[in-house]
Amino acid sequence: MEKKTYERPIIKPLNSGLMNKFGTRTEYTPKTHIDGVKVSDLLEEYGSPLFVMSEQKIRENIQSAKRIFETRYPKVQFAWSYKTNYLNAVCNVFHQEGSWGEVVSMFEYNKALKNGVPAEKILFNGPDKTDDDLRTAVKNDSPIHIDHLDELYRLIEIAGEMHKKPRVAIRVNMDTGVYPMWDRFGFNYENGQAWDAINKIMATDKLNLIGLHCHIGTYMLTPSAYGVAASKMSNLALKIKERYSKIITYIDMGGGFASKNTLKGSYQLGTDAVPDIAEYAEHITSALLNAGFDTDELPYLYLETGRALIDDAGFLLGSVISNKRLSDGRRSTILDFGVNILFTAFWYDHKISPAQEFSQYTEDTVLYGPLCMNIDVVRENVTMPPLNAGDQVVVHYVGAYNITQSMQFIQLRPAVVMIDTKGTAHKIKSSETLEDVEKNELLPDHLNNFEL
Amino acid sequence: MKIRKNIAVSDSGFLFNPLTGDSFSVNPIGQSIISSFQEKKSDDEIIETILSEYRIDKNTVEKDLNDFKRMLENYKLID
Repeated sequence: MEKKTYERPIIKPLNSGLMNKFGTRTEYTPKTHIDGVKVSDLLEEYGSPLFVMSEQKIRENIQSAKRIFETRYPKVQFAWSYKTNYLNAVCNVFHQEGSWGEVVSMFEYNKALKNGVPAEKILFNGPDKTDDDLRTAVKNDSPIHIDHLDELYRLIEIAGEMHKKPRVAIRVNMDTGVYPMWDRFGFNYENGQAWDAINKIMATDKLNLIGLHCHIGTYMLTPSAYGVAASKMSNLALKIKERYSKIITYIDMGGGFASKNTLKGSYQLGTDAVPDIAEYAEHITSALLNAGFDTDELPYLYLETGRALIDDAGFLLGSVISNKRLSDGRRSTILDFGVNILFTAFWYDHKISPAQEFSQYTEDTVLYGPLCMNIDVVRENVTMPPLNAGDQVVVHYVGAYNITQSMQFIQLRPAVVMIDTKGTAHKIKSSETLEDVEKNELLPDHLNNFEL
Repeated sequence: MKIRKNIAVSDSGFLFNPLTGDSFSVNPIGQSIISSFQEKKSDDEIIETILSEYRIDKNTVEKDLNDFKRMLENYKLID
């Protein structure tokens, strides 16, 4: 007789009439394949845990976002936000789709250059640009987005030394009606700092002001805030034209569109609560088109969208190490990945699916990572089928920030695989080794030996 | 392990404790373990039955059975 598939015995109290704080039944559906490739095959070949990127999904996302904006506004340019995910394979998919590069450090700048992005198509953002960084950007004619007055003064000096007129934009922060207001990047609109900075640039002959940039927040759930920001940016551009007869060639709306992840504490699932990119587009483009620009002087709209274009193209596959009962009777499951590589578990309730079929019986479970640290919690409470040691799980929407912010802490970082549009898996990053971690360590001679 | 005598389990896995009014949902393996306890079978016998019917190793069954017994105790379903 063929033996049946085992499932752990479960008893679960039925509380009729009470709200289910664990949410809806979304986690039950197993995710057995990613773009046609079996999850168990991927884990067997590349090891567990494993990040998987879907090239198909990335292309769909950027093509759809471009279509949404380009059907509403004639001059649109996306720039891939390197910090969101700067694996070369990921960046190059975006570059193949026509995205420029948007970087916030010399490390990212060099990465973009190495990937083959022309220097004049690398937008240099960020609050930390050294004199050498600025010289490199000036020499290469990359647009420099000035973050503060110290940078502005240094850049004026450097431009003088180099006898070159760098192309610059200023970063503007403003009240868009959402809380918290992001006022740490750039110059404030309401208190006149932004206009002061513009006057300083226009008063010197050393810089060529070509753009205005803003970054009003991250994971923004209110699309109308972008409309407010686009209006204020347009006002500045029109005022520059009026006062200095200078036409601003681009308005860069930065990033911040939300992905479909569910924020901790959110009542609704991200898939239900998060606005579509079209809603952001409608507010931004309407504000720009209605601002009063002459048709032939409409500025380019630059977008540095990161998270919303990559989050749902990334999956984290892992395995169950063990499960145990906590002192208060709750079930807990220990997984082989934790906050070391799933940094976003600190602010998202990630959707996690089993990678194999289960019956309809479920348990309320805490999901822990493998670190010997109390903070290593992947989900504080989630309804999952009875997972056994060795079972596999898939975490959804992990493409943004996890790979770039992952820590080599306690565990080595895992490999990353990209599944191409034909369903073939390619390793795009090998898993870390002890040699990788120790490569930059130096041991003084007197510490070479010991006796125990 | 002695299940309280008034405890009733339906075929669909609905368990009712008339003493407290609490109701529970039990999966098929849980149901068969409870009925084995009601038939006064020992832990070893239960483990043997599960091993003969399911694809699973002994250590896992033993661990899960102990955990399940603790939950029955916790829910006051055991004398």
